[in-house]
Amino acid sequence: MLAAVRTFAILGVEALPVAVEADVSRGLPGFAIVGLPDAAVRESRERVRSALSNCGFEFPLRRITANLAPADLRKAGPGFDLAIAAALLAASGQIPVASLERLALAGELALDGSIRPVPGALPMAEAARQAGLRGIAVAARAAPEAALADGVDVLPLERLEQLAALARGQWSPAPVAAPSTNGRGPALPDLADVRGQPSLRRALEVAAAGGHSMLVTGPPGAGKTLAARRLPSILPPLDREEALEVTRVASACGRAPPPGRLCERPFRAPHHTVSAAGLVGGGNPPRPGEVTLAHRGVLMLDELAEFSRRALEALRQPLEEGRVTITRAAHSVELPCRFQLVAAANPCPCGRGTEDEDCNCSPLEVKRYRTRLSGALADRIDIALAVEQPSAEALATGPGESSAVVRDRVAEARRRQGERLGAGRVNAELEPDALNPRGELDDEAREMLAAGHARLRLSGRGNHRVLRVARTIADLAGAERVGAAHVGEALTMRRRAPD
Amino acid sequence: MVPGPTACDACLRRTLLVDLLAPYIERIAMDRRGRSAPELLSLGDEKLARAAGGEKGLAFLRRASATPARELRRLLTDSGVWACCRHHHAYPPRLRDSREAPALLTGVGDHGRLGALAGEPVATVVGSRRASSYGRGAARELGQLLAASEVIVVSGMALGIDAKAHRGALDGAGLTVAVLGGGPETSYPPRQARLHGEICEAGLVLSEALPGASSWRWRFPARNRIMAALGGVTVVVEAAAHSGSLITAGMAADLGRTVGAVPGPINSWLSAGTNNLLADGALVVRGAEDVLDALLGPGRRAPNTGAALEPGLRAVLERVERGERTPDAVATDGGAGAAEAAAALARLELMGYVRSDASGRYERTLLSEPEASRP
Repeated sequence: MLAAVRTFAILGVEALPVAVEADVSRGLPGFAIVGLPDAAVRESRERVRSALSNCGFEFPLRRITANLAPADLRKAGPGFDLAIAAALLAASGQIPVASLERLALAGELALDGSIRPVPGALPMAEAARQAGLRGIAVAARAAPEAALADGVDVLPLERLEQLAALARGQWSPAPVAAPSTNGRGPALPDLADVRGQPSLRRALEVAAAGGHSMLVTGPPGAGKTLAARRLPSILPPLDREEALEVTRVASACGRAPPPGRLCERPFRAPHHTVSAAGLVGGGNPPRPGEVTLAHRGVLMLDELAEFSRRALEALRQPLEEGRVTITRAAHSVELPCRFQLVAAANPCPCGRGTEDEDCNCSPLEVKRYRTRLSGALADRIDIALAVEQPSAEALATGPGESSAVVRDRVAEARRRQGERLGAGRVNAELEPDALNPRGELDDEAREMLAAGHARLRLSGRGNHRVLRVARTIADLAGAERVGAAHVGEALTMRRRAPD
Repeated sequence: MVPGPTACDACLRRTLLVDLLAPYIERIAMDRRGRSAPELLSLGDEKLARAAGGEKGLAFLRRASATPARELRRLLTDSGVWACCRHHHAYPPRLRDSREAPALLTGVGDHGRLGALAGEPVATVVGSRRASSYGRGAARELGQLLAASEVIVVSGMALGIDAKAHRGALDGAGLTVAVLGGGPETSYPPRQARLHGEICEAGLVLSEALPGASSWRWRFPARNRIMAALGGVTVVVEAAAHSGSLITAGMAADLGRTVGAVPGPINSWLSAGTNNLLADGALVVRGAEDVLDALLGPGRRAPNTGAALEPGLRAVLERVERGERTPDAVATDGGAGAAEAAAALARLELMGYVRSDASGRYERTLLSEPEASRP
């Protein structure tokens, strides 16, 4: 007898429909899985066998063939367990197949028949809706994240027996409600912890307001990492659409946030030994990298100069286009990666800074180090800032403004940008011709830019970066036009050539 | 043929002879007990050949004498290099002061500028290749301010101080002259190719070697004697205790030229050489004014004052003068917000009163305020 049920395979962050067909026929007892299964899928034979026996079902002592179609797509992971078990039960006549026809199944089986969550519940639920299915049955723990998809029922299953009861029409779980994407989760580290470093705080605020990428250089202990980790707390919360995008990625990687923290922006800080594939994604089948995990959030590269050249070079396309394309022989996957970059680096190889008496770095070493910094992503960093170790008195001052206060200003500046550029867009995305110096700059500011061009040897691109940052500073100040003071402040945040 | 001043056959052959003998001179000059390169170069053809290579040297002398000057001129033309020998009126007169002056100068760049080397004030600015940011900043600023005051800046295009002095002079839109050890058409060190190109455009690159000559070690003390002779004042910006730039200073002193040194931190070994020069009575160079005083006489200089400052900017400038180097320090010290402090610093930088280094620290330049704006 033959039966088929539906499930999904995850490729990148997308769910592709897979039909699981099972055939139970006469012949020598045996269990074969075909359709390019990997080792984990092949091992599902043992899990299914034990789960069936332990739940009181009969494991047919006949010739069993399970086919995962399309047969040319590689299947990986234990996520097909539930569908294989259901197809087997239906094919051996233990449950009716008709009721499973408009349902997708996704879950991993434990030997005792309980069902474990698999990565990608949200993209699978969305794909089920697109395929016109009535609902999707997933492990109870994955149900809230799957329920974020509208227009499709999510049926939470704890055990294999519940599936049988569902198929026989004896039991029906209450559909799970979608968790709220509003409100904030537990408090993030607060900007108030950054004490006595007004220009660092200011640069963070400007970066947050305009979505600008940022490079902070300074000796260890100057608070670079501390400050960068506080950037998410001053960014506006994700809206529903963004929260869905973020959760979709997280879900596909099996790391969906708990329901209360759906609107939190991701913060990723890969170690500097990360490979190019680990950073932008890769492998076969392609898996998302750090840039995709940081989608709509912050990617922090601490010790920028220590990252391999290959890894940093690989960042160019993602930074420019907001997505990565990974092409393999069989398929090509596009992954989203609109993130804000924050990088930190030491001022010289030893980290003390050339001003320090104990710094033994030779001038040539320092020059080479700085050239490496300026070579890396030079075109993409809008704000560069040098920080010093804060003095004891500065640390003794009370806490600075809290994140909530700064966040309100950032939100207001973003609202102004949205009005001018279109909803959701920020100044960091401005193309050189999108800024009209005549219309948006006052005379004094234009003169100042021209002087910068002549005296500070700013390149055309450098000029444009200053202009973008100045526009954000003006937005923060609530000014319609960019003034000289705004350009001035942006000039101090510019990247400088190594001397 | 590259149009330009001419060189007589004898001087061309002499230059060829020195090029041929280069490996032999290297052996003697690099030996502690041997004679120095400038000393050897002051000898006549035959004595030089004998001293450097004995019988082999004399063979080279015969070969050089047998080489038709036509061939050497073609070599120059093909490389785009002009030559000027010491019998030509365009040969810089200050070089003639030196007993060891080269027979021939080869050069790239507008040869008409040779005339300026005769008439205009010339300062030679030298220093270590391994230089601190203080030294590099000082070299660049001296180069710029001297060039802006119409002083020709001579240096050796080495990494570090030399390169910064040239760069500053180019910034100051003045004439700058690089003296190289090898052929003038090739950038040495190769990394300075861009600077070499800019100097060829806006200044002069000189050498005493034929095009294609390689840079033997002895070439450097040898070219130092040319730099020392060209400059009315020789300024050492930063030099460690046994730096090669001290050799240049010694040669300048031997020629009776003023030697100046930029004082450095007493705890920096990079400044030990310059501080020793000062202890020995060298001119204290606190800025371009001191060099200008030495070259032109006290008080004579091109005006070097910036635009008038409003009180807010003055307050920020004073804080930078007191040694506050970051926008943070300026802001917390004076109570101004980070944003205003940053804007003020940017404005001062554009006016030329302060400048920022690669990591964004600010420091005061030598630009002085107009008298009127001082309270």
